[in-house]
Amino acid sequence: MTKRFWNEYQKEIAEDHFFYERSCIRQTFFPGSETAFLRMMREELHKDIRDEENQHTCTGIGYHSDFVPLETTMTVVARLFSLMTEAGYKNYVPSCVTSFGIFTEMVEMWKHNPALLEQTRENLRKATGREFEIPENLVHPSDIIYKFREELKKNMKYQLVNRFTGRPLRVVEHVGCHYAKIFPEKGIGKSEFPHVLAGMIESWGGEVVDYPERRHCCGFGFRHYLLQENRGYSVANSKKKFESMEPYEPDFIVANCPGCAMFMDKWQYTIAEMENKTYDRDGYGIPVLTYEEMAGLLLGYDPWELGLQIHQVQSEKLMDKIGIKYDPDAKYRGANGKILPKPEKPRFLKQ
Amino acid sequence: MGNLYDLLSQDHRFAEALKACMNCGICTAICPAAEFFDYDPRRICDTVQRKDENAIEELMRSETIWSCGQCMSCKARCPRGNAPGEIILILRKYAQELGYYNEHIREQQQRMAATQGRNILEIGYCIHPDRVLPEQHPEQGPIWEWYTSHIADVAPKLGANYHGEGPGALREIHEKNLAEIRKIYEVTGGMALHKKLTEEL
Repeated sequence: MTKRFWNEYQKEIAEDHFFYERSCIRQTFFPGSETAFLRMMREELHKDIRDEENQHTCTGIGYHSDFVPLETTMTVVARLFSLMTEAGYKNYVPSCVTSFGIFTEMVEMWKHNPALLEQTRENLRKATGREFEIPENLVHPSDIIYKFREELKKNMKYQLVNRFTGRPLRVVEHVGCHYAKIFPEKGIGKSEFPHVLAGMIESWGGEVVDYPERRHCCGFGFRHYLLQENRGYSVANSKKKFESMEPYEPDFIVANCPGCAMFMDKWQYTIAEMENKTYDRDGYGIPVLTYEEMAGLLLGYDPWELGLQIHQVQSEKLMDKIGIKYDPDAKYRGANGKILPKPEKPRFLKQ
Repeated sequence: MGNLYDLLSQDHRFAEALKACMNCGICTAICPAAEFFDYDPRRICDTVQRKDENAIEELMRSETIWSCGQCMSCKARCPRGNAPGEIILILRKYAQELGYYNEHIREQQQRMAATQGRNILEIGYCIHPDRVLPEQHPEQGPIWEWYTSHIADVAPKLGANYHGEGPGALREIHEKNLAEIRKIYEVTGGMALHKKLTEEL
């Protein structure tokens, strides 16, 4: 019998009453995914989740790029926790995987160093007059979707199955590095066998592709992407993953980290422009979805409200395979139905 | 110059980042930066652990410490529980404080402070679609040009509250929140570092 390594460790995920924290990268590139997560929580799962207007960045990108000091990030995190405390919540849910890593690291440092916690409390008090409590439960939204994947399945209109062949779709899952590599015990299945996305794929009818570079970083690299001249590092790491997954002919990629989902989409365009190379058979690229986009599609949410039209690799062929109904004419319309000009087509990547 | 090893070990992260490296090299084998740059996390651990002041100073002045991409794959795999990527954060912190970085690295740090660093203080987020300009991001492709050109029409369709009041993605961050962020920066050294980097421009 196959040994299920992921099953050796499960984390505690609260049942209800969550404080949601939005992300720099997600609201920039995937605002529809944040919207879909809140919709699933409220309309499908009937959970209480607060979307706080006074929140802000965790500064994680600046921390890992060395232009924001540890003490500053730590106190900004404390302010975010004070908003949670003020609103009467104890379960903190940061939308971003970098933020999840930052919050976990700060809480762990406070646990090991109570004097540092006191110093942070003092810094926050001095700067803002605020007080804060450490969350009782700190989880990533993908943990929550994982936990309630069977409940969501009951409401799903579609499955991850190719309707032409009847076979499960082959899905590459990419778990963001800071989900479990910094603190393995904080991730479902730890860092070597994370099951957070694989569990969703399997429950919803798909088949997980186990390819050699499955755990390799997407190549964000913080300063390496922010600095234009260093982006070769970023694209090279994604390329390594694409080359490794190509022989398995995945139907799509799903990620739980905003940077990873964006890079693996946009670097396919870049590589196509540079080398006229795509990693699927037909030249369209491999669609890259967030886990909310994957769940939202199966629940029958409008793909253009999820935001699939603002990906560079298009998803119509994937939706056709699943049998998802969509309105092609609505793709490039604004919120009020306003007809917008169509985007320019890439030179090589078919749309 | 005082004792660099002692300086590094004062950092709150140091005790967890470097326990006892046995030079096995697993970190280097898994490291994406080691594959791409002349960078070797095993040697970083070894150099710091040996407490050779000259070698540590040479390391802090080198460009190699700026090669790490902070994925922390090294942390997950180290059989001794070390975190070379965390050691890098400490080395970079003191390299910046002591002015050990060269002109090239200094200019790069300045550029990030003047863009994403400034974004935090001005709009409350590191990045925002208004500030990811297509001409500076050709890798984002024509779809990014399209989205940012029509964002006022498209963002509401995605449920975003673009420059609106109240909660939601891409909302306007109220001045009272920005003021508290800036005050935190002043109390904790963030503003001093930001000013040092941006005033050097």
